[in-house]
Amino acid sequence: MSAEATARPAAGADPLVPRPFRVTDSRRETYDTVTLELEALDGGGLAFAPGQFTMLGPFGVGEVPISISGHPDRPDRLVHTVRDVGGVTRAICAAEPGAVLGVRGPYGEGWGAWDAAGGDVVIVAGGIGLAPLRPAVLKVAAARERFGAVHVLYGARTADDLLFGADLATWASEADIHVAVIVDRAPTSWVGRVGLVTELIPSARFDPARTLAFVCGPELMMRYVAAELVDVGVPGERVRLSMERNMRCGVGLCGHCQLREFLVCVDGPVFSLAEMLPVMGAREL
Amino acid sequence: MQSLQELLKAHPFFEGLDDATVSMLVGCAQNVHFRPGEHLFREGEPADRFFVVRRGRVALDVHVPGRGTAVIDTVDEGDVVGWSWLVPPYHWFFDARAVQEVSAVAVDALCLRNKCDEDARLGYEMMQRVAQVMYHRLQSARVRLLDLYGTDRVG
Amino acid sequence: MADTRSTVTLDLHGLQGLLDVLARIGFTVLGPTVRNGAVAPGRVTSVEDLPRGVGDEQEPGSYRLRQRADEALFGYAADAVSWKSVLFPARELMWEGRRTEEGFESDAGESPQRLGEPPYAILGIRSCDLHALAIHDRILRDRTYPDARYAARRKDAFLVTVDCSDPSGTCFCVSMNTGPRAEAGYDLALTELLDGRHTFLARAGTERGAVVLDKLPTQPAETPDVHAADEVTERARQRMGRTMDTTDIRNLLYDNAEHPRWDDVAERCLSCGNCTMVCPTCFCTSVEEHTSLHGDESERWRVWDSCFTADFSYVHGGSVRSSPRSRYRQWMTHKLASWIDQFGTSGCVGCGRCLTWCPVGIDITEEVAAIRADQPPQDDGRS
Repeated sequence: MSAEATARPAAGADPLVPRPFRVTDSRRETYDTVTLELEALDGGGLAFAPGQFTMLGPFGVGEVPISISGHPDRPDRLVHTVRDVGGVTRAICAAEPGAVLGVRGPYGEGWGAWDAAGGDVVIVAGGIGLAPLRPAVLKVAAARERFGAVHVLYGARTADDLLFGADLATWASEADIHVAVIVDRAPTSWVGRVGLVTELIPSARFDPARTLAFVCGPELMMRYVAAELVDVGVPGERVRLSMERNMRCGVGLCGHCQLREFLVCVDGPVFSLAEMLPVMGAREL
Repeated sequence: MQSLQELLKAHPFFEGLDDATVSMLVGCAQNVHFRPGEHLFREGEPADRFFVVRRGRVALDVHVPGRGTAVIDTVDEGDVVGWSWLVPPYHWFFDARAVQEVSAVAVDALCLRNKCDEDARLGYEMMQRVAQVMYHRLQSARVRLLDLYGTDRVG
Repeated sequence: MADTRSTVTLDLHGLQGLLDVLARIGFTVLGPTVRNGAVAPGRVTSVEDLPRGVGDEQEPGSYRLRQRADEALFGYAADAVSWKSVLFPARELMWEGRRTEEGFESDAGESPQRLGEPPYAILGIRSCDLHALAIHDRILRDRTYPDARYAARRKDAFLVTVDCSDPSGTCFCVSMNTGPRAEAGYDLALTELLDGRHTFLARAGTERGAVVLDKLPTQPAETPDVHAADEVTERARQRMGRTMDTTDIRNLLYDNAEHPRWDDVAERCLSCGNCTMVCPTCFCTSVEEHTSLHGDESERWRVWDSCFTADFSYVHGGSVRSSPRSRYRQWMTHKLASWIDQFGTSGCVGCGRCLTWCPVGIDITEEVAAIRADQPPQDDGRS
């Protein structure tokens, strides 16, 4: 992965002490997902690489690893898209403008979007998986001429679960990005496609030999998507996945996020399919 | 204006069939068009033809009493709607509705079944193709059944 | 290559002198003591505090102290708890914070430890545990985000190792190349000699160790004493309770993730986590928030955790390793195989504590042997 896939917190800071960030905006994306914009109280912002995450949480409540979903060229504004799936995320989703959250990071190895320069880019997202991919799409769109064909293939449960509708439209209309959306089921008012996100791959026009693919979503969905991409000719080393495991420290010390020999918080969360195939094959690893 | 022969030959579903076989199928086929909202077929009706979609999108609907009508699949150009014509009791399970302007080739099921009975080779070719369609639809349905995007949280 | 200075001998009076000198320098002196029927770390001010005449009998699932026929001070094998808890405390306060008008602020935390405050001098640490410390150095200190508190305690710690004379039924340091005699990583090394007199052969491993040794009433070592010490080590080497064949163990365990032996051990394993608590190299921790009722004050604590707990691998909705089978496999594969990929060495130092303290007596040397014995014959093209 290229060096620009990683940014680090300021040197000298104790990695277990959070920085206070104030919520400046809260936008409800769906019935269970909220996007927060935050600014650092110390004015320092947070420079990050697409695919990295922070340990985020309200004071005294706890912390969870959340991918950064904002524009990498705007480090002054930290953006997180959070889904309510438990005690801490519920508290984060309930944070209103003015509330202060603790932030540690950025951590992890990111997507490495520059590695796709000169070729085609296929970005496949399932559900909330579009959030960690959004910064990569923004980065590619901002330097569009460096890439060939760019596809965003996005699958969600229903139309009500779709994130970033405005961005999807803008990418399609202004950034010369092919955007395809599919949902598991829909009401009759839906005129888009219904089915599994893998079904979007055969009709996407790209050159597999020159493609770098980024995939993010539920682990089983990523496996099927990766298999489909390899089937159409994308080399395994050119398919990148974002893996998820339980994290407590985020800095490689607590051992919770281990995936056999990998520590997801420092070796990942972005891995190549070639690295993940041996460990994804066994169950409960 | 392309002939039926040319349209069928160009469609992925019939790829690999020789010209003579395609000609024979032409005998069972006709061009059809549907406006948005029009139904190709409805649940319960006899499955007397299937549709090779050339342009547009078809939705497969099912009505669930108390929950309304849900779209459980869509079929785009290059694909095929319907396989109940090949499997008894030859009845449709869902409604098929044109979402956009749809151009398709409708193939008469009774005509084709008869030809398959006479020509086992043709029967095998058709079975293989339909099996492919069923395979992909089944995989898609099974994985969606897992509701991977759901939260799994109780309460 | 052992970094030894000139070898000397000292007697019990000299050993007491060592405890006094270390205390005077300002160390909190710790050593083996008998507590609750086991040998465990404690404060030591006098030679009388040490486990004189105490030996142990250890087998999988069994630990008993016994009375020795002699007066050996270090005549036991692996102590019950290991020295992990001294330099890497089981509970440590990271920071304490409070809400403010703008948000929140925090101060670094201090959590007093039961055995006293650093700097520590540790008497009686064995070679296996020195290797475990070196492993912890790699994991906790030599990382991109190091554990600064561990690093500080470690740097200051004065280590006096004692060569093992009486390995137990669960020891296998020879198989793991971690003993019975320490070659490096200590300030002072002692070998206990009980041949009529009660003396210790002593060698320094660092400048600091040499300086301390100079302050003690020592005699230059005679050749017979050096030979006697070598014999103590050789006898210990011959009397290991267990062996483990570590040939290509990484691939052996990676390739056998679905071996039926894991089902076998899963029937026995209680997921109690004892092994992770007594293992001197286990390092997994969790981070806990302890918040006041009104939520205005909070403490962040770092506590030991175990991969055997049901929600260790919890990811929204369920745990990745929900079966005890998968958790046992995770622990053993990590310890013996993945560790090599992560940190360059095995995670196991052959101390045998996980065998001794397992309530059902699971023996990882036996588990490895069982998987190894049940491999398809290698087809290497020659016949």
